[in-house]
Amino acid sequence: MASRSAPTTQSPPIPAGLSRDQLLQVYRYLRLTRTLEERLTALYRQTKVVGGLFRSLGQEGESVGSAFALERGQHRDFLSPLTRNLGAMLVMGVEPVQILRQYMAKAGSPTQGREMNIHFGDLERGYLGQISHLGDMIPVMAGITLTFKMRGEPRVGLVYIGDGGMSTGAFHEGINFAAVQRLPLVVIGEYNHWAYSTPPARQFAVTRLADRVKGYGIPAITVDGNDVLAVYEATKDAVERARGGKGVHFIEVTTYRRKGHAEHDDQHYVPKEELERWARENDPIDRYVKRLVDSGWADDADLKDIDERVGVEIDESTDACEGEPLPAPDSSLTAVYARPGAAPRLWFRDL
Amino acid sequence: MADVTYLEALRQGLWEEMERDDRVFILGEDVGIYGGAFKVTEGFVKRFGEARVIDTPISEAAIVGAAAGAAHMGMRPVAEMQFIDFISCAYDMLTNYVATARYRAGLPTPLVVRGPCGGYVRGGPFHSQNVEAAFFHTPGLKIVYPATARDAKGLIKASIRDDDPVIYLEHKWLYRRIKEQLPEGEEVVTPIGEARLAREGGDLSIISYGATLWKSLEAAEQLARDDGLAVEVLDLRTLLPLDDAAIMRTVKHTNKVLIVHEDTRTGGLAGEIAARINEQAFEWLDGPIMRVTAHDVPLPYAPTLEDFVLPQTEDIVKAARWLAAY
Ligand SMILES: Cc1ncc(C[n+]2csc(CCOP(=O)(O)OP(=O)(O)O)c2C)c(N)n1
Ligand SMILES: [Mg+2]
Repeated sequence: MASRSAPTTQSPPIPAGLSRDQLLQVYRYLRLTRTLEERLTALYRQTKVVGGLFRSLGQEGESVGSAFALERGQHRDFLSPLTRNLGAMLVMGVEPVQILRQYMAKAGSPTQGREMNIHFGDLERGYLGQISHLGDMIPVMAGITLTFKMRGEPRVGLVYIGDGGMSTGAFHEGINFAAVQRLPLVVIGEYNHWAYSTPPARQFAVTRLADRVKGYGIPAITVDGNDVLAVYEATKDAVERARGGKGVHFIEVTTYRRKGHAEHDDQHYVPKEELERWARENDPIDRYVKRLVDSGWADDADLKDIDERVGVEIDESTDACEGEPLPAPDSSLTAVYARPGAAPRLWFRDL
Repeated sequence: MADVTYLEALRQGLWEEMERDDRVFILGEDVGIYGGAFKVTEGFVKRFGEARVIDTPISEAAIVGAAAGAAHMGMRPVAEMQFIDFISCAYDMLTNYVATARYRAGLPTPLVVRGPCGGYVRGGPFHSQNVEAAFFHTPGLKIVYPATARDAKGLIKASIRDDDPVIYLEHKWLYRRIKEQLPEGEEVVTPIGEARLAREGGDLSIISYGATLWKSLEAAEQLARDDGLAVEVLDLRTLLPLDDAAIMRTVKHTNKVLIVHEDTRTGGLAGEIAARINEQAFEWLDGPIMRVTAHDVPLPYAPTLEDFVLPQTEDIVKAARWLAAY
C-alpha cells in the first residue's frame, strides 16, 4: 500500500471541521459511485441489468457531499434518495453488492426482485427508497421527521427532489406541510438542467429552484453542486439548524446530468458543447481531486490507492452476485399483508 | 398497403386528426422535441409547432385540468401520460372534475388522456400498471383499449372526435410487436362502444382486450391444433361502455365463457362482465364463467416473478381445456 503524505504546514486548513481521513472517505465514496455505475453500464450492455439504468455521471458530488453531512448509523439521521442518488445510498452504508443484485433482480437483492435500482430502504440504518412517482417522498419524509419531532428525538431527515420533480403537487403539499410543522427536514433540489428532455425553462418560470420555495417561509439557498465541500458545508449547516428546531431548509444544488435520462436515451436534445464543457471544466470528482492535491491534503498515491481498492471491491462484488439465481416464481405471492400474508394462487395454475 | 405497427398506427391517427382539425392539440411531458418517451409524437412539434405540441412540467393534475378547461372552450386536447401509471396523480381531476362535468353542469369536456400501459416488459410496479379498473367505476368517462394496429388508429381518431372524455389505453408490449396492413388513403375510425369478433368458433368463448387478446388468440390456435377445439375470441376494444350485445351474442353462441385480462383479479373488469352475463344470459350457460387474470399483488420486477404473476398463454390453454370439458 502506498504511504500517505502528511499535510504540510503550508496546507490550508481543511474546511467545515472535516479531518483528512474524512476527506479521503469522501473521495472513496465518489470513486465508488462512479466505478459502480461504470460496472452497471457494462452489465447493462451485456443485458444482465433487468430494465433501465439511470446514471448520475457528473452529479456524484452533490449526492455524496450532502449525505456525508448526516449523522449515520442505526437510528440516527434519515435519508430518502432519488434514483440518481446512488452516491448518497453508498454513504449511508449500502453495499455495492446490494445495488448490483437490485439491478439484476436477484433473489438475494434487498427487495427480493420486487423493485428496481435503488428503490429500497432500511428503516434501522436510516434510508428509504423512492417510488417512481416523483414528489411522493417529500410528504413521506415529512411524516418521518414529524415522528422525530413528536418523540423528541434529535434526528434529521434529508430528501432529494429534481428540477422536474419539483413540479408535482406532492412536492408542494409536502414541503408546505413540513414548513408549517417546522419539521427537521432538509430538502435538496437538484438543478441538473434536465428532466428527461425538458429544460428548466419549460418546468418553472423563475430562474432558481430556491426562489420557488421561499414562499413557504423556509430558508432556501443555492450552492455549486459540483463543489463537493461546498455542498457538504451547506448541508451540514442546514442539518444542524434543523436539528436545533429551526425547521425545514432547502438547498438548491446546481449540477449537470451528463448522461441521457437513462441508458437508452441518446441525448440528441442536449447541446454537445454544453455537455463537453461540463465534462471538461466542471466534473465534481476532477474538481475535488484538484482541491485535495493542490491544498496538500492528499497526494496522487493516496488517491491511486483508493482507486485500486475500489476497483477490487467492485470486481469482487460483481463476482459474488452475478451467478446468483432470480427469485422463485411463487415467492411473488407472499407478504402482501401482515395478515393474511400471501395472495391466493389462482385456480388455473393448479390444472 | 403498408405494414404498420401498433405504435405507428396510433401515431398516424393522431397526425391525421391534427391535420384535419386545428382544435386538436397535444400536451404532456417530453412530447415535443423528444417525441414522447415511446416516440408516439415524434416529428409532431416540427410539423405542428410548439403551440399545438406542448411540453409540460411534471404535473399530471395540471395537464388533465388544463385539458379539461380547454375542452370546455371548444378545443380538442390530447393529454399524454408518460406512463399510464402516473395517471393516478390526476385521479381527482379525472374522476371528480372531468367525469362529472356534463352531468352536474352541462359542460362539454371532449378530451383524450392516453398513455402506455401494461406489463410483460420488466417494468416493475410503477411502469407496468393497467388502470382501467380504477376508472371503470366512474360514470362519465369512456375507456378504450385497442389490441390491433387498425384499432390503435381507429380508436384514437374516434376518441378525439367523441364529445365526451375518453381514456385511451395503449399497451406498450404491443407497440412494436403487432403489425398490420393498413390501407393508405382510407379513413380508419373504430366506433366507440363496439366489440370485435377476433376469431370465430362454437365450443367456447374467450372475452379479452389489450395484450391478453393476443395471448388468447395464441391459445385458441393451440387448442384448435392440439385439441380440435373451436374457440371464439371477442376483443372488447371499448371497456366503458361495454358492448353487452356482442358479449351476449358470443355467450349464446358457445354457452361457455372464459374472461381473460392482464389486470389483477379482485375488482377487475371480468367481475362486471361475469355479472352482466349472469343477469342477461344465465340460461344459455353450460358451465361457470371463469376468469384468467393476474394474481392480486403489485407487479414485481424480476422476470421470474412477473411471469408468474401475469396470465400467460399456457394458463389460458389450460383454463379453456378445463372449461371445454365441463
Ligand atoms: C409523477 C411522475 N410523472 C412522470 C414521471 C416520469 N418521469 C420519470 S423521471 C422524469 C424526469 C425527472 O426529472 P427530474 O425530476 O429533474 O430528475 P432527473 O432525472 O433530472 O434526476 C419523468 C418525467 C414520474 N416518474 N413521476
Ligand atoms: Mg433534473
